Amino acid sequence: MWDYTETVLDHFRNPRNVGVLEDADGVGQVGSLACGDALKLMIKVDSDEIITDATFQTFGCASAIASSSALTEMVKGMSLEAASQITNRDIGDYLGGLPDQKVHCSVMGREALEAAIENYRTGGTAERELEGKVICRCFGVTEAEITRAINENNLRTVEEVTNHTKAGGGCGGCAEEIEDLLEAAAETKTQTDAEAPSRRMTIVERLKLIQETLDREVRPLLQKDGGDLELVDVAGKTVVVSFRGACSRCQVAEFTMKDVVEAKLREFVDDAIEVEEEK
Amino acid sequence: MQTVYLDSNATTRVAPEVTEAMLPFFSELWGNPSSMHFFGGQVAKHIDQAREQVAALIGAEPSEILFTSCGTESNNTAICGTAEAQGTDWPIITTRVEHPAVLQPCRRFKEHGYREFEISVDGNGEPDLDAFKKALGDGPAIVSVMWANNETGVISPIDEIAALVEEAGGVMHTDAVQAVGKLPVDVSTIPVDMLSLSGHKLHAPKGVGALYVRKGTKLKPFMLGGHQENGRRAGTENVPYIVGLGKACELARMAVAKNEALVANLRDKLESGILATCPDTRVNGANAKRLPNTSSISFEFIEGEAILYHLSDLGIAASSGSACASGSLEPSHVIRAMGIPFTAAHGTIRFSLSRYTTEDDVAYVLAHMPDIVERLRRLSPFI
Repeated sequence: MWDYTETVLDHFRNPRNVGVLEDADGVGQVGSLACGDALKLMIKVDSDEIITDATFQTFGCASAIASSSALTEMVKGMSLEAASQITNRDIGDYLGGLPDQKVHCSVMGREALEAAIENYRTGGTAERELEGKVICRCFGVTEAEITRAINENNLRTVEEVTNHTKAGGGCGGCAEEIEDLLEAAAETKTQTDAEAPSRRMTIVERLKLIQETLDREVRPLLQKDGGDLELVDVAGKTVVVSFRGACSRCQVAEFTMKDVVEAKLREFVDDAIEVEEEK
Repeated sequence: MQTVYLDSNATTRVAPEVTEAMLPFFSELWGNPSSMHFFGGQVAKHIDQAREQVAALIGAEPSEILFTSCGTESNNTAICGTAEAQGTDWPIITTRVEHPAVLQPCRRFKEHGYREFEISVDGNGEPDLDAFKKALGDGPAIVSVMWANNETGVISPIDEIAALVEEAGGVMHTDAVQAVGKLPVDVSTIPVDMLSLSGHKLHAPKGVGALYVRKGTKLKPFMLGGHQENGRRAGTENVPYIVGLGKACELARMAVAKNEALVANLRDKLESGILATCPDTRVNGANAKRLPNTSSISFEFIEGEAILYHLSDLGIAASSGSACASGSLEPSHVIRAMGIPFTAAHGTIRFSLSRYTTEDDVAYVLAHMPDIVERLRRLSPFI
């Protein structure tokens, strides 16, 4: 069985806000019978653009039903502006988390909400339109949708993309194209990061943060094995360190640097940092 | 809460007689049957007895039975052992609805330069005999076809296919994991060369299986590193489990004819009851010959995992050919190969009974099924 949270099971067993909403102001429908899940979301919006009521109809598994039910509870009483900011993660968090393979249920919720808001604002089609090139033909997932999921959720592997969007989960024929999209998104991200520093820090603050991270996250690990490291220089995105003690002679120093020092500095300081060793 | 277990194609309850037969082999008779001393030697005769019990159930000679660790090992041994013995000249022919324990080894050999054919099935799940004839037209081949399907219970025309293979001079393997113990299976009248069976599908424990290999069949050992099983399967014998499998086969042989009718009667009641009370529902493979215990039912416009969770809340254990329950995103390969319409494919539930299933079990399911279906359809945007 899936490791569903009690909240997921509760929303599955006792779904809130089920059924057709008479005189709905916005209707969003995503998915299909062929895909194995589908959600129709209906909202009522007052003159102040507050969502006063929301109902749903869902065809799908336990977590699809729970995600839909949770979504209606979340948006009721919310302004359209706030609702349009809801991400699939917010839906997952509301439910206390979803198993990895079920994240696409929360993505379906976010898509239906967008479609319903779009329908309210423009009276446009309630059906989700396929924008751009279709990558996954089994489930009708487009390039734009996949790229968006990659950027919003920081996805790195084809499997993660499948869990979020279902793309690649059928015949698997589009795995290579998804790889390409992952690579393209990673490149774009590196460029954007390079153009705009992710944190506004003075050089002194930055140095201090790097030193603190090394002292707290990295050096205790090395010291345990009789080694140590020293911060030598910081130049732009490049951090130069020097290994001491056992680490200076270690055959796998390259491995240690890449995996520990860089990962920690990227996590706590700046995710574009490159580490170099002073030999 | 009562437990109603209707997932016997996944695994079965160990028969109390089987447990009892196994116990001495944990506490007193724990020697190694290969040992050159009385303590190990006394164990060997119990393996011989188990071999006789398994052989008797399927009409084989005891020397034609190899003990393995499970049905999957039996299938892998049969396919890999024959493919290696015959080389790339012989194609490998199987069907699209086989268990992955057959399909995946076959596909592995395709990667290694063997020709591999997967024969289609019709809407009833029955393989296309003409396609077999055509695939066998070039001469001998390695053919692997399941005796009965695990998801739908549909029985293959194994006698006709085996005859075609014999005529072509090929080797015929059948994955009979779901058939043995549920149906009379007799290799003395049907010319299969190899047959896989699994302990835990017939009331023995998990972790033991057997492969029947007809005398004279060329087979390279799959497990290497010991002389056990006449050099055909290395590894110290799992004595308690082999004894358990023997006992389970003996019990099955005594009761298979009687149980077949009793279980079929309960299954038919369950099936007709569901069809009568739940509209827009279909039985998969309904027009084919099927195992007496299996019913694959598709409920239109609702999804299988959701049905399973509602059943589970009521203490009912069943399984699903649907995508979401398995973690994959598409309905099972069996359901797709049969061309079940997509409005129904995602809502497929498999009920599989056993000789321990009761009238009360069936009545309990029938009392709750319509409500579950109605609750989920009320949620569905397609009704």
